[in-house]
Parts: sequence; C-alpha cells; structure tokens
Amino acid sequence: MKKKYLTGCGTWVVNRFPLTKLWNDHMAQYYAPKNFNFWYFFGSLALLVLVNQFITGILLTMNYKPDAGLAFDSVEYIMREVPWGWLVRYMHSTGASAFFIVIYLHMFRGLIYGSYKQPRELVWIFGMLLFVALMAEAFMGYLLPWGQMSYWGAQVIISLFSAIPIIGDDLSLWVRGDYVISDATLNRFFAFHVIAIPLILIMLVFMHIVALHEVGSNNPDGIDIKKSKDPWGHPIDGIPFHPYYTVKDIVGVSVFLFFFATVIFYMPEMGGYFLEDANFIPADPLATPEHISPVWYFTPFYAILRAIPDKFAGVIAMGGAIFVLFLLPWLDRSPVKSIRYRGGIYKKAILMFVISFVGLGYLGMQAPTASATIMARIFTAMYFGFFLLMPIYTRWEKTKPVPKQLTEQPSIEDRIPGWIETANEMVKEVPVEKEGKTVLQKRPDASGIAKVLIRTAKNLKSSLD
Amino acid sequence: MSEQGVDRSKRQFLTTALTVVGAVGTGYIAVPFLSQMQPSTKAKAAGAPVEIDISKLETGQLLRAAWRGKPVWVLNRTPEVLEILASDTAKLSDPSSQESEQPEYAQNEFRSIKPEIFIAVGLCTHLGCSPTFRPEIAPNDLGDDWNGGFFCPCHGSGFDLAGRVVSGVPAPTNLVVPPHRYITETLIIIGEMNTEENA
Repeated sequence: MKKKYLTGCGTWVVNRFPLTKLWNDHMAQYYAPKNFNFWYFFGSLALLVLVNQFITGILLTMNYKPDAGLAFDSVEYIMREVPWGWLVRYMHSTGASAFFIVIYLHMFRGLIYGSYKQPRELVWIFGMLLFVALMAEAFMGYLLPWGQMSYWGAQVIISLFSAIPIIGDDLSLWVRGDYVISDATLNRFFAFHVIAIPLILIMLVFMHIVALHEVGSNNPDGIDIKKSKDPWGHPIDGIPFHPYYTVKDIVGVSVFLFFFATVIFYMPEMGGYFLEDANFIPADPLATPEHISPVWYFTPFYAILRAIPDKFAGVIAMGGAIFVLFLLPWLDRSPVKSIRYRGGIYKKAILMFVISFVGLGYLGMQAPTASATIMARIFTAMYFGFFLLMPIYTRWEKTKPVPKQLTEQPSIEDRIPGWIETANEMVKEVPVEKEGKTVLQKRPDASGIAKVLIRTAKNLKSSLD
Repeated sequence: MSEQGVDRSKRQFLTTALTVVGAVGTGYIAVPFLSQMQPSTKAKAAGAPVEIDISKLETGQLLRAAWRGKPVWVLNRTPEVLEILASDTAKLSDPSSQESEQPEYAQNEFRSIKPEIFIAVGLCTHLGCSPTFRPEIAPNDLGDDWNGGFFCPCHGSGFDLAGRVVSGVPAPTNLVVPPHRYITETLIIIGEMNTEENA
C-alpha cells in the first residue's frame, strides 16, 4: 500500500514538472564518450568547489562585518571565537585557490583536446565568461578581510580603470565610490561578492552545461561519437553519464578532498601563496607593503601588466591576454581537435605556452628587478605569440590520421610491467660482503641509467613530433 | 494563427512605440541606479585641508601625513640633493613638469615653493601604490644609475627626489604636488592654494 502511495506522489509531480525528463536528458541518458581520462575530473570538481564556496560563504557572512572599521577584527573574531569559524574561513580561502587550480587545469584540458573547436565554441565562450566572473569574484572577495594586501591590491586594480583615456578617472571614482579605497568601496565589494557575481556565476554555469549537453562532450581523441550509433540510436562509444561518470567522479572527488583537507588542516596559508603574509596586518592607507603581489592565480596577468613600460598599453596587454582566449576557437585553423593527432608544431607551441604562463606566474610574485622585467617581456611575447600566430602555424601543421572510433589507451595496470622492467634496467646486482657472507645486493647501474635516460629523451622528442 | 483582419502597420506602430517608451523608462531608472554608486555627499565633504608642522623636520628627513585619505610627503632636501636635481635631468621623461599635475607655483625645477621643502602626494601615478623613500645613491638593488629618489615596489617605477618620473617605467607622469601654502615659516597647510604673489 505504501509503495503505491509514493508512486502516486511521484506521478503527481511528474505530471506537473519534467523531473524524469530532466534527469534522463542530463544524467541517465546523457551519453558521454567512454574514454574520459584524468583531465575530465575537473569539470565536476569545479562544481564541487563552487558549492563549497557557497556554503562556507553563507556561513561567513553571518559573522563578517563589511565596515572599514570592523572588517579586519570581524575576520579575526571568526578565526578565534566563532565555533569552528577557523575551519569555515580556511575552507573558503583555500577553496578560492582550489577553484583556480581546478579551473586552470579544466581550461588546459580544453586546450590540448581542442574542446573549444566547432561545435563547442559557445561552451568555450560561456566558460571564459565564467573565468572572468570568477576572477572578479576572487578579486572582490580578497578586499573583504581589509588587510594590507587587500587594500593595496584593490588600489592597484581599480587604478587600472583610470588608465582608460577620457572616462578613466570618472570611471575609477565611480567604482570606488570615494576618492580613495574606503568604507564605501568595501561595502559595495561585499554586495558584489555575495550577491551580484554569485548570481552571474550560477547563470553562466547553467548556460555552460546546457550548451555542453546540446552538442555533447568532447573526448581525448577529439572524435564525434555521434557519428557511429547502435541500433537503438545511442552512440557506440558513449556511456550514460549516470551511473558511469557519477561513480567515476566520486573517485576524483575523494582524491581532491584528500589534498584539499591536507591544505586546510596543515598549511592553510600555503606558505603565503593562498593567504599572503601582509594581509595579517590591518589596511594602512599611508604605507604600501615593501613587496606587494596579487594572489598566485592573478600573477601571470599581473606580470604582463608590469612588463609593459606604459600605463595604458600595460592595461590593454593585460586585458588582451584574457580577451585573446575568447578568440581561441577562431584562431585555431587545424582540422584536428585532439593533441593526439595534431602536428609537432602545435605540441611545441603548447609547451612554449605552458612555459610562458608558468614563468609569468612566477615572475608576477617576484620584485620587479631589471632582469625579471626582461624575462617577463620575453614570456609575454611567447604568450601572445602562441595565440596570435596560431592562424599561421596551425595551417602548416602536419596532422596525423584520426581514427573513426575511440581508441583504447593502455591503463595503469597495463603499464606497470614496463615500469618494473625499466626500474630493473637501472640497477645491477653486485656481490657484497655482509656478516662474513657474500650476498647479492642491488646497486644503481650508471650505464643502465644512461640508457634509460637517453631512451626517455628520445621518446619525449618523438612525442613532440 | 489567422492572419485575417490583422492591421500590420498598427501592430508595428504599437511594437515600436512600446520599445521606445520602454527604452526611455530604462534610461530614466538607470540614472539613479548608476549615480547611487557615485561618491556620497559625505565622501565629497571629507576633503578638508590639513595642517603640517615642519619645525622638527631635519635635513634629509621625510614626514608622512594623511590628506583626503591619501599619504602626503614632506621632504627636507639637502643642498647636495638639490644640486643633483638641477644637473641630473637626462633620464627623466618630464623634467620640466609640463605633463604633470602640480600647482603653478610649484612648476619649477625643484617642484616646490621653497627649494629644500618638497611636498607631494605619495601615490605612484601608475596604479596608485605608495613608493618607498630611497634617498641613497647607487644601492645594490636599484643599480648604479640611481641618484636617490622614490621607488615604487609594485611595478618598478622610479622618481627622483623632486617626484619626477624616470623614463622607461610604467608611471606616465611625475608625482602629484598637492595645492599647499605656508601659514608661517614652519607650518604648511595642504589642500589650499597659495594666494601670495611670490612665494
């Protein structure tokens, strides 16, 4: 009897709301390629971190005071006197950095497997808008603790607007709501951080996923799985997102939470990278800290800004470094999506891009010395070269033939025997005198190590061709 | 839907009229919404002038004060510094302060009323960090060309001890000299123009 009653309730809902249809369209009958690898964890992890930020953020607003006179102390109050306040605060501050780690890896996935290419241009555009909104969210959130780095970081970034000719000064005045960063600025940043931008983020996440589910997910082979279907009309190379990928993502979530919890409990400041030292001093409008730099996730763009010896051009270059990412689907002229079948020139270009991005990120954290500035200029040229020369070099590139169906890659289990063999190759057994007896013991073998190194180098080189 | 008896031009007119009225309405409501973020009357009124007593400011010393929430520096320059400022102008991008912001009576080679007393807003004209006071000559980290001045730790802009920007750095103009005047020999007021003829 009870079961019938429950079914009745279910039917009542389904007749009024397309619950089953939504579930099937986006989970149980959404066919995703069966060969998702490591790189495909980061989409769902981004969602997880977003939820983490929402929950901890709501809890933090219950004790935080958006007032220039009270803000710094209210954060310390949360840290010391609110029950479990330290945990919620560290989850939120670590979550911000985790968000960017996950998003940068998620974007890099798109870059190597050509996920931005036709027909997923809009998925990429919505994703880029999400990235920009996320940067705004993180930047405004960083002002709220009202520490020295909060204050001077905001001062620098808002001053960027004043570089715009004619309207610049009025615009930065309008953004600040005062002639300097003040209580008015803090209060409005709080409003943006907890209401406006989160709403935009939710809307964009919705559009990002709707656009993705309309065209279907890309995969490490960059092959359209909808081209070969079984008699029931499902892609042969596809599997339903639920339960296959929901369960697989639980593994990713567990590993992620392991690292996340380690940071929260053992190194919440991450040696000054996640929470900067200077931010434990209340904001002082009269003195800039000796060394100021943004949080690590902004430093690549910050280094570009610093590398240009002209105020307006620097701002344009920094904005351009983000804007050029929006154009990626149209800059890339290669007919092939995945890096597995692309030519060596693209692989080398991506390698250069990664080096320049990481290099800029490092330089953005360092003091602006003369040699650092020269390095930053070289990396900036490499960064823009990767994008702006793309229409040329992707036309030259010699692509490899793309298979019709998904390929199977060797799993970790398949690879283990090879690794063991390599390890054995690097040692040799040597007779050693021990307690009067001669025993064979393993010792490193120079010639074996050299052989392995040379082979690895050759493999690396050929994998770049 | 039946198309019979549809007055297309009337429908078009109504659509256009509604769009125009809607756009005007949106424009009207945008004004209070956007203006709401402008500085409030209270914020505008908070720019009162401040007095600084420099009687205890010794030669070579820098004094920091706050005016309109911004740092204001008062520097007592040594005769050696003045000599360098007068001679060493080759690497400056605006040595005679043509493009920079200062009261007319401070647009001279020392950018001050009295040659030795230099007053400036201590915010870099690039992105508004407060530069550090580095009066020493040729320190290790700033190179042999450094003749004393202000160095911005944020983006590496350099200024000499008259707040004049070195060329080839991100900052576009010299440091801003605020309106100021001397009430007595040792009492300065920041935020009021100098009304005396020859100060």
